[in-house]
Amino acid sequence: MNLQAVAAIYRFEMARARRTLLQSVVSPVISTSLYFVVFGAAIGSRITQVEGVSYGAFIVPGLIMLMLLTQSVSNASFSIFFPKFSGTIYELLSAPVSYFEIVLGYVGAAATKTIVLGLIILATANLFVPLRIEHPFWMLLFLVLTALTFSLLGFIIGIWADTFEKLQLVPLLIITPLTFLGGSFYSVNMLPPIWQTITLFNPVVYLVSGFRWSFYGISDVSVAASLAMILLFLGLCLGVVAWIFKTGYRIKP
Amino acid sequence: MSSVISVSHLSKTYASGFNALKQIDLDIQRGEIFALLGPNGAGKTTLISIICGLVNPSEGTVLANGFDIVKEYRKARSQIGLVPQELTTDAFETVWNTVSFSRGLFGKAASPEHIEKVLKDLALWDKRNNKLITLSGGMKRRVLIAKALSHEPQILFLDEPTAGVDVELRRDMWEVVRGLRANGVTIILTTHYIEEAEEMADRIGVISNGEIILVEEKAALMQQLGRKQLTLQLQEPLETIPGNLNGHDLQLAADGHELVYTYDSQQDRTGIPGLLGELSAAGINFKDLRTHQSTLEEIFVSLVRERP
Repeated sequence: MNLQAVAAIYRFEMARARRTLLQSVVSPVISTSLYFVVFGAAIGSRITQVEGVSYGAFIVPGLIMLMLLTQSVSNASFSIFFPKFSGTIYELLSAPVSYFEIVLGYVGAAATKTIVLGLIILATANLFVPLRIEHPFWMLLFLVLTALTFSLLGFIIGIWADTFEKLQLVPLLIITPLTFLGGSFYSVNMLPPIWQTITLFNPVVYLVSGFRWSFYGISDVSVAASLAMILLFLGLCLGVVAWIFKTGYRIKP
Repeated sequence: MSSVISVSHLSKTYASGFNALKQIDLDIQRGEIFALLGPNGAGKTTLISIICGLVNPSEGTVLANGFDIVKEYRKARSQIGLVPQELTTDAFETVWNTVSFSRGLFGKAASPEHIEKVLKDLALWDKRNNKLITLSGGMKRRVLIAKALSHEPQILFLDEPTAGVDVELRRDMWEVVRGLRANGVTIILTTHYIEEAEEMADRIGVISNGEIILVEEKAALMQQLGRKQLTLQLQEPLETIPGNLNGHDLQLAADGHELVYTYDSQQDRTGIPGLLGELSAAGINFKDLRTHQSTLEEIFVSLVRERP
């Protein structure tokens, strides 16, 4: 295993995040904090409790999940798209590194950035709303698994995309809508029965539900289903990444 | 000399159906400078890209220092440094960081001493803390060479290394390349500048339409294919070449003011003394003379033109 190479890629990506601190950390923290202020403090004060949790606190796990999904995808997709776009990927392909090591470096760095971001936002949320975390281990597990899975998805999108437009397509048109409709701002029980059934086809429901359960012990679907769903995603993404490297799809003619 | 790169029956057909390489066999000797010449689209970059791992071969094998580039890619690639044709750099990185990154990527432990030496050799030391975006094209080219040398490769591929580089810098780079060869590094360069191959190469390969059509020692190539011409500036113009001179390969030029004699410089007898004697006997006098030997460029152009 070429650990030097994994470390080099990882350090390179973390240095990129430090260079663009405003964009990679400050911006998502501020935008998520605005949700806390608007939905939590302003509107939330007029909404009664949801399943025994104040609305401001209720939306925190969903908002962190929203940020985790979008940031993991955009971080990881850009990190591999840009070398492709600028041509510097030649060096990666000509180096004695395995595909696994490349993924480990890029996805590891993207996931690390998102996890750090998630923890910063969690600390920030604590300033606006009263938080409690009933199952810290599960909270961290969901955080890490989600960051990892969606960084892998971002990596896949970064490989697939051949224009900046395509790079934005999946996060904007699929992930953000699914997250907004995935119970970030409401409990599935609050929907009409028909929509309660339809919403179960939205995979993000399972992620938000499991994550919220780790905070308050309340969930829309069972925790086992949430965990199974995230592991299924992880497996799917790993499968697609393996296929990409096996076939050289869009990186190696 | 043993071969350090051994290419056998290598073919590449892209998904579009384009057959870029056709059953190529090529051996690069250890420690030589090998120049690969060919017109645009001949397959130069595809060949280099396959050897370096950027493109999958469709058929055939390549050994780098005895290691199969597919089955033993780690060992093969760690021997090879690649300087690509395009100036592709991480715009916002510093020179030092990007060169250090390359070393890490190739699995080598950090060595500030080596990076310092490489940067100094390439006259980049003063720029080590500059971001790449602030460097000129020539400097970026040097950075790409520094990146390729960061992991101490035994084999260095230079794909059009001096494209868009000014004359002075080009000469500097030739010096760097010669220095590397002196240290035992094998160098394979592709170039459009024939004078570059003529100046630098030990051996020359010509690729055309995906096939290697010639591999030869440069000196031998120049000698074998090098035609030499003697041009005599006549005192009085001639309308036709006198019949008694028909035994020589002569042509009239410059409206009969010049008589051009083509001969083989490799022959022991060039035929020049005899020709001059016969000219004198025929009363044809000349006021000046000059000789011209074919350049590699002329040889190259004629080689490629001969192909269908």
